[in-house]
Amino acid sequence: MTAIRATNLSKRYGKTVAVSNLSFDVEPGRVTGFLGPNGAGKSTTMRMILGLDRPSGGSALVDGRPYAELERPLRKVGALLDAKAVHGGRSARNHLLAIAQSNGIPNGRVDEVLEAVGLREVAGRRIGGFSLGMSQRLGIAAALLGDPEILLFDEPVNGLDPDGILWIRTFMRELAAEGRTVFVSSHLMSEMAQTADHLIVIGKGALIADTSVAEFIGRSSQGYVRVRSPRLADVAELIKVGEPHHDHLRVTAMSPVEIGTLTARAGIPLEELTFVQPSLEAAYMELTKDSLEFTS
Amino acid sequence: MIDILRSEWTKIRSVRSTMWTLAVTAGLMLGIGTLIASAARGSTEDDIPGAQAVMLSLTGIMFASLSIATLGVLVISSEYRTGGIRTSLMAVPKRMSLLTGKIVVFTVTSLVVCTVASAASLAVGVAITQPPTLDMAEAVRAVAGCGLYLTACGLFGLALGTLVRHTPGAIVSAIALMLVLPQITGMLPGQVGRTVADHFTTNAGMQVAVPLVRNASLGPWSGFGVYLVWIAVIMIAGAVLMRRRDA
Ligand SMILES: Nc1ncnc2c1ncn2[C@@H]1O[C@H](COP(=O)(O)OP(=O)(O)O)[C@@H](O)[C@H]1O
Ligand SMILES: [Mg+2]
Repeated sequence: MTAIRATNLSKRYGKTVAVSNLSFDVEPGRVTGFLGPNGAGKSTTMRMILGLDRPSGGSALVDGRPYAELERPLRKVGALLDAKAVHGGRSARNHLLAIAQSNGIPNGRVDEVLEAVGLREVAGRRIGGFSLGMSQRLGIAAALLGDPEILLFDEPVNGLDPDGILWIRTFMRELAAEGRTVFVSSHLMSEMAQTADHLIVIGKGALIADTSVAEFIGRSSQGYVRVRSPRLADVAELIKVGEPHHDHLRVTAMSPVEIGTLTARAGIPLEELTFVQPSLEAAYMELTKDSLEFTS
Repeated sequence: MIDILRSEWTKIRSVRSTMWTLAVTAGLMLGIGTLIASAARGSTEDDIPGAQAVMLSLTGIMFASLSIATLGVLVISSEYRTGGIRTSLMAVPKRMSLLTGKIVVFTVTSLVVCTVASAASLAVGVAITQPPTLDMAEAVRAVAGCGLYLTACGLFGLALGTLVRHTPGAIVSAIALMLVLPQITGMLPGQVGRTVADHFTTNAGMQVAVPLVRNASLGPWSGFGVYLVWIAVIMIAGAVLMRRRDA
């Protein structure tokens, strides 16, 4: 069964349309990236999946049912939304213990997950004093308590140092490799490229793409050839299809070999002739540029 | 439900604000009771009647009620302040079950602590005032009444916290509804004014704890019943909103 299914999901806050008519499925056994610029509606969508915010329209089902109808939901779904949204006065252990008890999860599991995320040493400390990285680990520990098949992480690497980022990335890949469903949001394409197998891209609350990462790169904007020469005007006249760009030409209709042959015959010296591969980041920008709320 | 109760018990016992508010509640009962009883003893050579001794010992209830109401507010508003409510609702998405769990755990905790604190205040107060006779049934009733009244005040806070979701806002509302407005209604003119005042929150509820308070319309238990209706109405309003609102 599809782990998470959104059908025509919509959410308005007063006049703000946060999510509009969004439909997608999230499948088990892979990391599904949920990508979109800030304010695209990723967090709102996750809150609706988890039954925290009520959709204005459409539905979100987890394992075929609305989240609120799951018995002991943490045994099925684990989620990390906002790592700092915890009572700072509690110790890490008591925080996790309260969560575990609410779903009938044995107390011993608390120490297991603390160990798994590397917080065993600080289990008795007040979480108010935790760094962001430690809080993220605690949030992940909470998500893992019920050994759930479905995991949701909202921007888990935000504000983490490279070690922490690598740790979370590896962790998510392992969870997916175990056959679990991992649904993780980010506003950074570069992050998703390294973690996700599949992408759901949204902008201004609406679906832009639902595709594998490889496909996403493939169908994104083409590359171009960058040509630099002391006689740039002559090159432009010769090849006719170049687009002037600061101190160089950009050519999409010809290959470097074709350009090189032409200019060599005409005896025009070149300083640079490079094929520029589109970066993922550029592809993502290209796709979402119309949906950005603010353009700089 | 037992799972939710265990979880809520872990939550309430593992934050300092619980220990603080409970300690302050008990401290106010004992401290003010001792102070007033000593003052009364020192001001007269005559015997202090038993009923009066009981009342003097329990004078702290006015202030203790605000302290326990603060704990009631915090039980839920602190989760909204920190955002922890989302974690709680992910664990227990049936929102009425979560609220019920909080109500039950708070009620039991408060009843135990407040009844013990009231009994201790009474014992100290009686030891100081030395009344010639003491109606034991009356003393037990006063202590039980104090425990019940203070716990009801805490539930008043919990109801306001659920409705307002904002700690300072809920505490200010509690002070207004439990302390300020009851005094102001006392100034209302005429028979209607008198009836309104008699039925207003703590004016109605307090007699169960302090029997000498004058209330022409209601007895101790009917008055307490009226107070519980106030609390229930606010709690239900809060519960309806909790079901409907985004967390
Ligand atoms: N509780 C809320 N009240 C009002 N507006 C909100 C609320 N939550 C989100 N929004 C608005 O909805 C849009 C989507 O926000 P969000 O889901 O947080 O986006 P993302 O997580 O992709 O950055 C934004 O315009 C945001 O300002
Ligand atoms: Mg977000």
